[in-house]
Amino acid sequence: MTSNKDVVLDHVSIRFGAYTAVDNAFLTIKGGEFFSFLGPSGCGKTTLLRCVSGFVDPTEGRVLIGGKDMRDVSPNKRPTALIFQNLALFPLMSVAENIAFPLEVRGVGRKERRKRADELLDMIALPGTGDKKVHELSGGQRQRVAIARALAVEPDILLLDEPLSALDLKLRQHMRTELRAIQQRVGLTFIYITHDQGEALTMSDRVAVMNTGVIEQVDAPEAVYNRPKTAFVASFVGENNALSGKIASAESGYAALETPAGLLHGVAAGGRHYKPGDACILFVRPERLMLARDNDSVNRIVGTLEKEEFEGNIRIAHVRIGNAMIRISRVNDGLSAPLAPGENVTLAFSPDNATVLPVSSMAEVDA
Amino acid sequence: MSGSSKSTGGGLFAIGYSLLFFAFLFGPLIIMTITAFNSSSFPRITPWECFTTDWFGALIRDQRLMSGLSTSVGIGIGVVAISVPLGLAGALALSEVSPRLRTALYSVLIIPILVPGVVLGISTIVFWGSVGRLFGGDHGGIFYNGTFLTLAGQVTFIAAYAMLVFIARLQRFDPTLTEAALDLGATPGQAFRKILMPFLGPAIGSAAFMALLASFENYNTTVFTILSGNTFTTALASKVRLGTDPSLSALAVIIIAVTLIGAMINEAHNRRQELLRTGRASRSRLYTNPVTRWLTHPAGIGIILLGCAAALVYAGSEHDSRACRADLIEQKRAVQERLLQEQRQRIEEQKRLQQPSATTPPQPSNNPSPFGGAFSPGGLAPGAAPAPAPSTNPSPFGGAFNPSALAPEAAPAPTPVPSANPSPFGNAFNPGSLQPKP
Ligand SMILES: Nc1ncnc2c1ncn2[C@@H]1O[C@H](COP(=O)(O)OP(=O)(O)O)[C@@H](O)[C@H]1O
Ligand SMILES: [Mg+2]
Repeated sequence: MTSNKDVVLDHVSIRFGAYTAVDNAFLTIKGGEFFSFLGPSGCGKTTLLRCVSGFVDPTEGRVLIGGKDMRDVSPNKRPTALIFQNLALFPLMSVAENIAFPLEVRGVGRKERRKRADELLDMIALPGTGDKKVHELSGGQRQRVAIARALAVEPDILLLDEPLSALDLKLRQHMRTELRAIQQRVGLTFIYITHDQGEALTMSDRVAVMNTGVIEQVDAPEAVYNRPKTAFVASFVGENNALSGKIASAESGYAALETPAGLLHGVAAGGRHYKPGDACILFVRPERLMLARDNDSVNRIVGTLEKEEFEGNIRIAHVRIGNAMIRISRVNDGLSAPLAPGENVTLAFSPDNATVLPVSSMAEVDA
Repeated sequence: MSGSSKSTGGGLFAIGYSLLFFAFLFGPLIIMTITAFNSSSFPRITPWECFTTDWFGALIRDQRLMSGLSTSVGIGIGVVAISVPLGLAGALALSEVSPRLRTALYSVLIIPILVPGVVLGISTIVFWGSVGRLFGGDHGGIFYNGTFLTLAGQVTFIAAYAMLVFIARLQRFDPTLTEAALDLGATPGQAFRKILMPFLGPAIGSAAFMALLASFENYNTTVFTILSGNTFTTALASKVRLGTDPSLSALAVIIIAVTLIGAMINEAHNRRQELLRTGRASRSRLYTNPVTRWLTHPAGIGIILLGCAAALVYAGSEHDSRACRADLIEQKRAVQERLLQEQRQRIEEQKRLQQPSATTPPQPSNNPSPFGGAFSPGGLAPGAAPAPAPSTNPSPFGGAFNPSALAPEAAPAPTPVPSANPSPFGNAFNPGSLQPKP
């Protein structure tokens, strides 16, 4: 069952000379889905998006939109509309002329164009701004004008390249909800690119996490956060503590890892089967760690408190264990007292809250 | 800043320097402008003769200059029509090719600017001459036509100028705008016409203007390629070579006036754009008042300035300096008459004096020395010696260095009279005065 709003990347590789920008991307984006590509900058997200909109040809593989191969379809003939990283609004045109540009090039009459532009301006909650110049608008307003202009194309697929990166924090958070609302109203496929995991997790139906041209995981936001499939995803998405070591034993979906902090147990991610001696990393999120009061936890780490940062809603304690630093965040619930630096603390976590992943691709973390 | 420059005296120096600098820049222009209105047939300020506008008329009646002007305008329009599209195409090509190819191509395209105009001129003749021979054209054909050759020669380097203008503008173009247009459904042609061309609009204007000016004022190349014909510039140059008259100053006045009017309109346009762009227009008092709003509009300023110019031209054409010049001629004639009269009187007087003593030496009043007879040794001599009369001594030093005046000293003088000693040092160096008196 394919809708004409489906996008299929069929083993797409894009190379610039010897450099591989996108490596064998294979996934299906369903019609009407809000799909995000998340990855550090330079990992090939824009290149992949430009490939979907037709500005870059895949070196290998095919892009299918609505089941049709897009190989020989030029950008102006594709049912996609791209919102550029810098918006690319036409500076010499008024707001209404910008929005009506897709209609103008399709030969729609002046009156009809203006009517449609005004409708779209109402939709993005900017009525009456049609005669303004683009530079007279604020950043957030320009953002919405770019969306309206793209929607005027009546595309099947809207492609957005880090559209919020130029906005300030407040506006960015506001626009997240706005974008999601627009997507649900118009029912289009949104392909959204960002290096900001907060954006990807809050808005998307599904997220693809990319690293140096490779798509490492495609999943719902919760799954990406809770059950990362690679060490890169675990460390790139959200905060995480990493403790590396060697597998001591592995059975029934769990693995025990010998680390400098002691023997620690975690879930063997994706049902992987580890052999004793495999080099692995155990990831445990700061908010899943607890200050231990009793001694009956399976996983216990003892260390010294270096400092504690106060962030309003949470406190983040930095605990030194040998050479490693472990962060633990605690909700500021008004009951817990701040910890004193130099204090000896014992941390505990459930094996279900820790993930054991193979070392591979760890080198690219924080790139 | 002003405090420190005050204390160091730098302010005064800066003002003085600026004044000098402006005098250096504009002095020649101002003086030239003034000479255009002096009736003197050589361009000069002093002596001021009559205020006249006749030199403008003389300029317009100059057949050679005027036919050169029409040739220049024709060539200029042709050059603009060819080199602007060529330059644009070159700039677009450069922006499309890969960086390495771009550097090479850029160097090639820029060469015509670096080659001396003289070389371009000669090579244009030679090249088109051989093309003409190749096609077997006779010497009346287009390849031997001065206007065509000038057009061809000028386009070679003016197209490169135009290209530089477009490259500068294109560098500020955001290529994602074209991509956005394509993505929104525009064909490449539509994207070019609706996005890139409007952006290049101002550059097209300035490239065309620059091409027109460059064509108009070109001499080095044109002087060869125009062959036996004349453009305005070459006609002007040959006119100057034959000797200049104030009609050239009149031409300078016209050019300065046109430039000033153009500059003012342009400035008004820029200020207005700036006001509109920054959105200060609504707050500016000039813009809220409809009268001043219209007056500061470039078109308004243009109309006012052109009106002023037209009024001045009309007033100038009505001005008649004939009366003044007739007066002047009358005055000159009177002066000459008077001089003639004096001369005649003098001759008469001389004749009268010469009749009684024809042998007397010339009158002291005829002494040509600027010091009159004051230093004339003869004037000091108590007894007038016979000939030669010292008063005819033409030296301004009154014979002080006249060797013949010293001669009596060297030889035993028959009557050495100290007071007659012509030496400016009195007797101090007179060897005779040291000798024991015999
Ligand atoms: N046209 C191109 N030619 C050569 N290399 C390119 C080109 N476009 C992108 N790249 C390279 O591909 C890599 C990925 O770029 P991009 O897709 O823009 O990353 P992202 O959008 O994830 O930050 C970068 O290293 C970039 O230098
Ligand atoms: Mg990018």
